[in-house]
Amino acid sequence: MLKRVFTKEVAGMRQNQHRWYRSVPPLALIPALYLVFLVSAFFPLPSAAIEPPTALAAYDTPNDPGGSITLTWELSPNDRIPEIGEEPGVLLLTYGILRSPHPQTGFNEIDIVLPGISEYTDDTADDGVSFYYIVEARGDDRSTALTPVVGPVKASGQVFDTRKTVLLIFMILFGGSVLFLIQRARAGKELYIRPIPGLAAVDEAIGRATEMGRPILFVPGLGVAGDVATLAAFTMLGRIAHKTAEYQTNVRVPCYDPMVMTIAQDVVKSAYLDAGYPDMYKEDDVFFVTQDQFSYVAAVNGLMIREKPATNFYIGKFYAESLILAETGNIAGSIQIAGTDEIIQIPFFVAACDYTLIGEELYAASAYLSREPPLLGTLKGQDWGKAAMMILIVLGVLAATFGWNAFVDFFATQ
Amino acid sequence: MKREVPLIITMVTGLFLALQYYSPHRLSAHIYETLMDWLIIVGVFAIMLGILGLLRQHTDKLKTRERNWPYSIALLVGLFGMVILGFWGQGMGSPFVQAYFTVLNPVQATMFALLAFYIASAAYRSFRGRSVLASILLISAIIVMLGRVPLGEIIWPTVKIGSITIPGVTAISDWLLNVPNLAAKRAIYVGLGLGGAATALKVVLGIEAPHLRG
Repeated sequence: MLKRVFTKEVAGMRQNQHRWYRSVPPLALIPALYLVFLVSAFFPLPSAAIEPPTALAAYDTPNDPGGSITLTWELSPNDRIPEIGEEPGVLLLTYGILRSPHPQTGFNEIDIVLPGISEYTDDTADDGVSFYYIVEARGDDRSTALTPVVGPVKASGQVFDTRKTVLLIFMILFGGSVLFLIQRARAGKELYIRPIPGLAAVDEAIGRATEMGRPILFVPGLGVAGDVATLAAFTMLGRIAHKTAEYQTNVRVPCYDPMVMTIAQDVVKSAYLDAGYPDMYKEDDVFFVTQDQFSYVAAVNGLMIREKPATNFYIGKFYAESLILAETGNIAGSIQIAGTDEIIQIPFFVAACDYTLIGEELYAASAYLSREPPLLGTLKGQDWGKAAMMILIVLGVLAATFGWNAFVDFFATQ
Repeated sequence: MKREVPLIITMVTGLFLALQYYSPHRLSAHIYETLMDWLIIVGVFAIMLGILGLLRQHTDKLKTRERNWPYSIALLVGLFGMVILGFWGQGMGSPFVQAYFTVLNPVQATMFALLAFYIASAAYRSFRGRSVLASILLISAIIVMLGRVPLGEIIWPTVKIGSITIPGVTAISDWLLNVPNLAAKRAIYVGLGLGGAATALKVVLGIEAPHLRG
């Protein structure tokens, strides 16, 4: 490519050897040149040839898995939109990205970039290999101009994404505070938990089912085993199954996900074993239904209408089926307790259920029901986290209001 | 050992996945993808377990002539019927796809359509102005519903009297959704985020393992 440009320049010089001014007397040129100087001073002509972009820089793309080099440059003076009525001169058509493993030769075009863009990411660079780059400005008159060569640059993958530093700091602080509070609770420190009506009603609901001689229905939702709401559902199911084993009541768990089913079976089995009634556990009480949303709803609704459970628990991830389930349970006359992290579904549960666990109440169930010190410690840790968030929000509002951008930028993540 | 080994596996995997989020490196992404592949494989075996459990449950119901046993016939016919139809190909016009679009799809649509009636009955119960708070909810709901439809702006338009602008129903509805409603939603999101993190921490550190009790 460099060779091609040099050849063009030499050819242009040769063409310019025989020109009209060679026949004009030299003294007559002085006033003519002066006139040209004056005119050009007051009415500058657009540049005759394209100019290259400036300040070309190439560096390993930060916070990436590797195999990528980023180029940045300042736009060529010809990369512009002419004003109305202005003589446009030479306008930039594209930027060519040229790459070579050697500084002098072997430059090949790897891509083209449209005008107005001053950054390019080369995703085809091999890790650990040195590359050199040139950006070529290409004008609408077919003229070209090259930037100086930049390099060598090597691509490499990063181990830590620096954009997530603030999140890591917060995670460490939060995790540390939770562990500290668990230790404190284990040491015998009394920790207060506010009354949560939805959880306080669990015992009452199980007692009602025992008195009526009807089963309890526990619906773990449409989540998979890895969802945090489903994890919360498992812990609550464990506590409920423990109590149903003590009260000799049946708990039915229809599952949408087969992996959730296998874990739920283990949870209920362990709870029955823990309560001292392993013989009461029936594997068929925790069963797989289907992985189709509305077929699942139809099956669970049918179960509610046929078996008329005394109490329904809806704990986990729920979507459009939440209201259909809760209204059917309401028609069947069951006491209903619901909790989900799907914020859009919460109003439906509030409308149709007797008790709804809102927000973090969903995750407080195990601590609330068991009152075990380590679990109370985690609950208190959540409160500390919320307090820290509130303070940071107030500070953020003040910082944004008074233009303290360093504080605001520190919390910016991508 | 029966309890310790699963706890150690949970802890190691959980800590890796938590730290993996902070690392963009290829090796980290590769291990993550491998773990996700394992999850799919385990999921496939779990589906087989689930279907076997379902079959056992319903064949037992048939054998013992348990109450509502005819429903079990419907389930088994549907399950095996679709499997058998699947052997005739799965392209458009095949018996499998025909059965899907003419039986399963309308049934699903019917279930979903029930939602409209349930929304009406739930809304009727929720929006009764029995207390001050319920009345505020009722008024807010009416404003938001009016603000979401073009007719609302015709009934209650924005009016300008000199330099004073009296907002219309759309503007008030937008304010209700974007200010008090969004503030409450964000508060719930913060609680959910911290609660979720604490729950994950409990599981990873083995503080809570309901499937390993006993």
